[in-house]
Amino acid sequence: MLEFINGDVACAEGAIAAGCRFFGGYPITPSTEIAERMALRLPQVGGAFMQMEDELASIMCVLGASWAGKKAMTATSGPGFSLMQESIGLAAMTETPCVIVDVQRAGPSTGLPTLVAQGDVMQSRFGSHGDYRTIVLAPANAQEMYDLTIRAFNLSERFRTPVIVLSDEVCGHITSGVDLREKVDIENRKKPGSSECLPFKADEDLIPPMAVAGEGYRFHVTGLTHNEKGYPVTSAEVQQALVTRLVDKVEKRKGEIVDAEFFMLDDADMCVIAYGSEAGSAKKAVKMAREKGIKAGLLRPKVLWPLGNFEDYVKDMKKVLVVELNSGQFYSDAKCWNRNTKLLGGYGGELHRPDDILKVMEVF
Amino acid sequence: MSMKSWQNQRGFLFLKEERCKGCGFCIDLCPKKVLRQSEVMNAKGYHPPELYDVEGCIMCDICTEICPDFAIYRYRSKERGKNA
Amino acid sequence: MVPQEHPLEQLLRSDRMPHIWCPGCGLGTDLGCYLRALSGMDLDKVAFVSGIGCSGRAAGYVAVDSFHVTHGRGIPFAIGLKVANPELTVTVWGGDGDIFAIGGNHFIHAARRNIELNVICINNAIYGMTGGQVAPSTPLRAKTTTTPYGNYEHPFNFSYMAAASGATYVARWTTAHTKELTKSMREALEWKGFSFIEVISMCPTTFGRRNGFADGLEMLKDMKARSEVKNFPDLEDTDIGEKIVVGKFVEKEKRSYLEEVKQWR
Ligand SMILES: Cc1ncc(C[n+]2csc(CCOP(=O)(O)OP(=O)(O)O)c2C)c(N)n1
Ligand code: SF4
Ligand code: SF4
Ligand code: SF4
Repeated sequence: MLEFINGDVACAEGAIAAGCRFFGGYPITPSTEIAERMALRLPQVGGAFMQMEDELASIMCVLGASWAGKKAMTATSGPGFSLMQESIGLAAMTETPCVIVDVQRAGPSTGLPTLVAQGDVMQSRFGSHGDYRTIVLAPANAQEMYDLTIRAFNLSERFRTPVIVLSDEVCGHITSGVDLREKVDIENRKKPGSSECLPFKADEDLIPPMAVAGEGYRFHVTGLTHNEKGYPVTSAEVQQALVTRLVDKVEKRKGEIVDAEFFMLDDADMCVIAYGSEAGSAKKAVKMAREKGIKAGLLRPKVLWPLGNFEDYVKDMKKVLVVELNSGQFYSDAKCWNRNTKLLGGYGGELHRPDDILKVMEVF
Repeated sequence: MSMKSWQNQRGFLFLKEERCKGCGFCIDLCPKKVLRQSEVMNAKGYHPPELYDVEGCIMCDICTEICPDFAIYRYRSKERGKNA
Repeated sequence: MVPQEHPLEQLLRSDRMPHIWCPGCGLGTDLGCYLRALSGMDLDKVAFVSGIGCSGRAAGYVAVDSFHVTHGRGIPFAIGLKVANPELTVTVWGGDGDIFAIGGNHFIHAARRNIELNVICINNAIYGMTGGQVAPSTPLRAKTTTTPYGNYEHPFNFSYMAAASGATYVARWTTAHTKELTKSMREALEWKGFSFIEVISMCPTTFGRRNGFADGLEMLKDMKARSEVKNFPDLEDTDIGEKIVVGKFVEKEKRSYLEEVKQWR
């Protein structure tokens, strides 16, 4: 079913399609339409919508709902995303499935509330204190707001970890035809067998099955370093074992997570790397470059973190250009794949124009 | 864990000595003043109470309720009330 | 056969005993009252949430589904649990810093919604876990590590604030009032709406010792002596001073959050 909707609305529809039945949020441009759509849609499907008093509460009620067995989501932009960070760490530590949408706007601070940027790339990766891994998806258009939101739920259920949909103002606000697919694949968290189970003992896939409140398991969940029983333990060994697993379950299985679009890369000698709505401009620039005889191609990660092994695609290129609306937050990793890597960065407010990208490609 | 118990016809008083932190609440609040600090020292270095006047204990529950460490508690004899 | 176990043993995570609380701390007694209030309820449907602090450690000792979350955020987490599964009876347990300083905004909004939560605040007038800093309930002039010259900030009256924010059940007791506290806790657990219980408790280690008390026992006796039972008092007269007014403060009918939700859909 094709509908003309903006990316934020598509995101909300994706969430509903994925089985999201709880939303807690606080209004903030340019993500507000997600909350508004959820307020309209959730009651229609037997779900609950709550406008909370702030983003600290928004993320926490989402975690609570997840432990009550519901798929849950919140949506925000930079200032709210900053407020959520402590509890995103709690979600990682307690292995709570949840989806956080950050529709990026230009910062720091209040910045440009209505204009695009990609300044939260590093924050989405390591925004909370301590070591952990999140999964961060980067939709590039309204259709992907729908598709990747569904994928975000599936990944968070499979990996028992917070998944961040890192969108941006353009992606959230541009209206286009979105295929609200008839059939979507849905994954649900593993459930434990007996009530004797150790609630934080992982199976071979590094993920513990998840009991939820009210089922008689009488488990304990804490943000403190804990053993397999879920009880707090103050020891370096337990810390080592726990955090190793939290990191490994994402890093060692990233083959299941990482995804990218490869455009005209087969015969290319110049690779442009771009993601999110910047990738639209970059793709156009690549096409224009081809017309001028420059053998360019585009690598567009749809998953920013965990970092994909894109080295194989990039290492033999003569030139690599990373285009992003920040001062090089993805570039800082991407440049390790190829010595001749340059950055076309920016601080947001508007997307790079294809012409401007082309100019940089021409003089590279 | 070392468990002490005292019995009279009203019931039993139990004490998990190792849980006691020697706060003295039970001794002070006992309405019959039948508890006192013992000479025993538990592994944590505290002196748990002892029931020195076994017959004087009325099995009233006050020590059970006030003990912050779930160390001291009483059970009333089931027969009491039925037969009396 | 004579039972050997503590009557509350089944409600405790025995394998975690003894608890971490200091000798003479009121928290163990307060928790005992709560467990007694729980007796006879369907424990599989009770969830217990706490934030961070000495009080917050209670979640680790109660043998129901229990959540020890971030500092101050117990209430919104509990809201998520309750709204996502209305079958649950949800208690939030926390210190005065946790619930009224860092988490104060969540408290007033939860009360405003009259949402079905049972919030229990252990008011020991201090930040215990971090070693005795001033709290929003520390009395004027009291000595704490961050008010070495005496506290110059006016304290909150939590129960009054709860009532003003919309809580439909409010009671205040001290640790010395075990029977009354247990009864109130049971009423609060069964309350359809937002219930709040303030427990005036003692932290001998970080508050008592700096403010002229020899130990927990002396503090316990002092608060008992200063207490005056008054049901449904004029809340303006319930600031904690020389006297501590205790009792049931508020019990009023008002549609709860979940009832309102049903009404409007
Ligand atoms: C965000 C954050 N800030 C500060 C702390 C440190 N901290 C831990 S407990 C606590 C206060 C505890 O006081 P209270 O809530 O009154 O509980 P009590 O220990 O007295 O029972 C503080 C400030 C923290 N854990 N998290
Ligand atoms: S049961 Fe009552 S009388 Fe007996 S020791 Fe305890 S407080 Fe004293
Ligand atoms: S009240 Fe409990 S902890 Fe305190 S002295 Fe008595 S038995 Fe020991
Ligand atoms: S520091 Fe105070 S509040 Fe914390 S356990 Fe010790 S006595 Fe209790």
